[in-house]
Amino acid sequence: MKVATTLTVNEIAYPVELDPGTNLLAAVRDVIGLTGSKEGCDDSECGACMMLLDGKPVNSCSYLALQAEGSEITTVEGLATGEKLAPLQAAFLSEGGVQCGFCTPGMLISATALLDQNPSPSEDEVRIALSGNLCRCTGYDGIIKAVLSVANAV
Amino acid sequence: MSVSSYVTAGSVDDVLAALAGGARPVAGGTDLVVGARSGKSSLPESLVAIHRVAELRGVRVSADGLRLGALASHEAICENEEIQARYSALADACTIVGSHATRAQGTIGGNLMNASPAMETGGPLICLGATVTLRSAAGERTIGLADLFTGPGKTVAEPGELLISVDVPAPAAGTGSAYLRLEYRRQMEIAVVGASALVTVDGGKVTDARIAMTALAPTIRHVPEAEAALIGSDGGPAAIEAAGEAVAAASSPISDVRGSAGYRRAMAAVIAGRAIEQALARARA
Ligand SMILES: Cc1cc2nc3c(=O)[nH]c(=O)nc-3n(C[C@H](O)[C@H](O)[C@H](O)COP(=O)(O)OP(=O)(O)OC[C@H]3O[C@@H](n4cnc5c(N)ncnc54)[C@H](O)[C@@H]3O)c2cc1C
Ligand code: FES
Ligand code: FES
Repeated sequence: MKVATTLTVNEIAYPVELDPGTNLLAAVRDVIGLTGSKEGCDDSECGACMMLLDGKPVNSCSYLALQAEGSEITTVEGLATGEKLAPLQAAFLSEGGVQCGFCTPGMLISATALLDQNPSPSEDEVRIALSGNLCRCTGYDGIIKAVLSVANAV
Repeated sequence: MSVSSYVTAGSVDDVLAALAGGARPVAGGTDLVVGARSGKSSLPESLVAIHRVAELRGVRVSADGLRLGALASHEAICENEEIQARYSALADACTIVGSHATRAQGTIGGNLMNASPAMETGGPLICLGATVTLRSAAGERTIGLADLFTGPGKTVAEPGELLISVDVPAPAAGTGSAYLRLEYRRQMEIAVVGASALVTVDGGKVTDARIAMTALAPTIRHVPEAEAALIGSDGGPAAIEAAGEAVAAASSPISDVRGSAGYRRAMAAVIAGRAIEQALARARA
């Protein structure tokens, strides 16, 4: 059975037809074609698939796409303004927060959610907030530094 | 098996009609959908999404107590300053659930109805004297939370029953509470053992106490022997130690990759003791 619905990703409404069991990550990557968000574990452990749902973080691999109907979905593709990177994205580059880059989309989304809620977190608060995001390159220090550099700039 | 029927409910009546027709509710999906992804179980054939039902939302603190709608998220609960101050054990619990994504999406209704013996909010809510209201197409009933759980993943709720709300009476003056778990890391963790304590002090004496254990028995439950060790005492080290020992004695832990039964039992006394100390410090503050 397919269900017709509309998913709003990065402020664009996409009409889609989905099997009700489809997870949000598969809908966004495979049906809509936005492949920034990654699939790491597929069961809510690694955060590579993290998106924002009405501004709140969600592990999209483990969230039913149909439940996102009527919500604003934000993926890593929605963080930049045109060609201009968001401050967090620029900081990940300048602080060496990106190695292979696989965890980066989820890390950026997770850090965006943190800074929306707490614009000046301590290092401990950054580490706690990003603990649902695993970096298989173990480049955590550069990632934490990048988030803190943006936190301290605002 | 794939999902062959999915509806988004707009009201409690919508949900109850779908449940009467055999559908399973999904709220944040952080147990139901995650369980299906990790291959533990498949998704139910028929689902009713309850996350848009306005009547099930909300966190309300009044002079009489606290009411949580079934959809109250861990995030909404642990960020509420009145809950932190007066229902501290519950705030302690919700603060350490999963990661910030789990706390944003996961609900109190889903946490309780999933009935994991290691789940965070059950012990604190049992100590706080919470009741839950279940409603089906046939009617409504309110039961003590301790009576909801019957075994790992099992509750007394009928398939057609929806958890509507959780009600917690206002704690007496001079009451403090705390929840603590033994953990190997601070987030994205499952309690190795957990303990909840609620104590009321009056003029240097403990006048009331409720202690519950988590991940130490097939269901989360309170420990009358530990409560007896505290009530009437001065809340000093000897009474705390006796209460901790009573928790260990009442426990029937399992051995798994996260800890042996013997280790869990030994740690039960330590973690319960620390939860009691923290609750006493809050009661005296
Ligand atoms: C990475 C990760 C970490 C986690 N860490 C923790 C942790 O530290 N501590 C902890 O306690 N839990 C943890 N959990 C488990 C889970 O997040 C919580 O139990 C959460 O509160 C479940 O809520 P939900 O709304 O997502 O439930 P759902 O998955 O939507 O539902 C869970 C079950 O309850 C039923 N249900 C839901 N709402 C109702 C209702 N109103 N009435 C009747 N039945 C209902 C569903 O049918 C289903 O069987 C974790 C989960 C993940 C994925
Ligand atoms: S792929 Fe979703 S949390 Fe790992
Ligand atoms: S940069 Fe490679 S996984 Fe993090």
